[in-house]
Amino acid sequence: MFTDFGRYILLLKSVFKRPEKWNIYSKNIFNEMVYIGVESIYLIGIISLFVGAVMTLQIAFQLQSDLIPRTIIGSVNRDSAILELSPTISALVLAGKIGSSISSEIGTMRVTEQIDALEIMGINAPGYLILPKILAGITMIPLLVVISIGLAILGGYMGGSFSGAISGADYYRGITEGFNPYTIAVSLVKAFFFGFIITSVSAYQGFYVKGSALEVGRASTKTVVISCISILCADYVITGLML
Amino acid sequence: MIEIKDIHKSFDDNYVLKGISATFTDGMNNLIIGGSGSGKTTLLKCMVGLHAPDQGSVIYDGRDFTRLNTEERIDIRKEIGMLFQNSALFDSMTVEENIMFPLNMFTNQSKEEKLDRVNFCLERVDLKGKNKLYPSELSGGMKKRVGIARAISMQPRYLFVDEPNSGLDPKTAILIDELINEITDEYNITTVVVTHDMNSVMGIGEKIIFLYDGYKEWEGSNQEIVNADNKQLNDFVFASKFAQAAREKM
Ligand SMILES: Nc1ncnc2c1ncn2[C@@H]1O[C@H](COP(=O)(O)OP(=O)(O)O)[C@@H](O)[C@H]1O
Ligand SMILES: [Mg+2]
Repeated sequence: MFTDFGRYILLLKSVFKRPEKWNIYSKNIFNEMVYIGVESIYLIGIISLFVGAVMTLQIAFQLQSDLIPRTIIGSVNRDSAILELSPTISALVLAGKIGSSISSEIGTMRVTEQIDALEIMGINAPGYLILPKILAGITMIPLLVVISIGLAILGGYMGGSFSGAISGADYYRGITEGFNPYTIAVSLVKAFFFGFIITSVSAYQGFYVKGSALEVGRASTKTVVISCISILCADYVITGLML
Repeated sequence: MIEIKDIHKSFDDNYVLKGISATFTDGMNNLIIGGSGSGKTTLLKCMVGLHAPDQGSVIYDGRDFTRLNTEERIDIRKEIGMLFQNSALFDSMTVEENIMFPLNMFTNQSKEEKLDRVNFCLERVDLKGKNKLYPSELSGGMKKRVGIARAISMQPRYLFVDEPNSGLDPKTAILIDELINEITDEYNITTVVVTHDMNSVMGIGEKIIFLYDGYKEWEGSNQEIVNADNKQLNDFVFASKFAQAAREKM
């Protein structure tokens, strides 16, 4: 496990070497951004709407008291979406969607000798293959998290008013009341690190696949497990440091 | 000319190469032959630096590859073309993009110049007009030919080929062998071919080294191989029923 970590750090070191040709890299970065960002909006959107709606119902259920103003439901849903649910749930879902696909893409290139072919040509394969994915991850995942926050809050509004748990006006007042912009900063820091974890862990797993197609499948399973655990640990650490 | 001196390589406790020395000549097909698992691919990968040998040196026209730093290695790598066992074409790119890839990465040629070069290489391997196909749309033989076109796009001085015939029917296999042979002659390249196919050995084996149990067991040409007095080599050469039958007639 320690040798694994050492190899991971060494791989990252070669990822961040100076690229051979920026114009080729920038094209690749753009493509990865589309794949990681744009093509995940739908999934993240649906999940966020539902999580927001369900959270609102649960908070309403737990805060049934005449002493507590109903508007609190909106505020609690907003803060939990920003601080925890949107970044963490998005990251866990994306570890499954993007992480496994990156690791099988790079793993397949390894077992079919495409990575050897790059290296023979004198190309820095880690940089060429992995850098665009990491750059896309650390920019697009924060963006997805922002979208997710918006939709989770919207989901709370819809869920709350459809079920009658909280009126639209109360909810709206709740989400606008006592808003602390610092929570958004915490959320974005989390999203940045989660994006880095998802893309780099999956790339590492794929890059060092040995053997056959079978191993490629195993590597992507391992990717999801390791990324999820790392995301949760990082979540705890960042929350501890920033709040 | 490439010289290798006393190459050793092991994977964990699997001691694959136990000290191999040889010379590979310009303008010639230098063959590395041996049974499956005898370490042919490992030797090839040690030569091009995809594996680091545990001991020994690889010298490209006086430049000791194993002692160079990364930048200096890249200079030699630009002079190397390699055809992999399963062609190793980039799946996400068309035939044209595959062949153009090294040109994009390492030259400042204009789009037209690069396209001219791609078309020249494609024509050379008899695949004119297949520019826009993806690797998944090609047959095994076509993939090999695109692999050759990509390997020669940068006009290499050294060409490495791993099992050019694996997975091909005998007729296509001979065409690929001939193509490698012609290209080697035409551009006076130092070509190193790894194979276990006796057809290739007899067809293009100008200079052959035979690996057995981690050592260079025998060295010679295809003229000499059938009459060689070496048990291991004879077992390898006459392994097939066909070859045995032919031998009895001799
Ligand atoms: N990357 C590797 N890691 C561990 N063992 C390997 C690796 N590559 C090859 N080997 C081992 O080295 C031996 C020789 O393999 P190889 O060079 O591929 O043989 P050949 O090409 O002659 O069929 C085999 O026993 C194989 O298992
Ligand atoms: Mg082999």
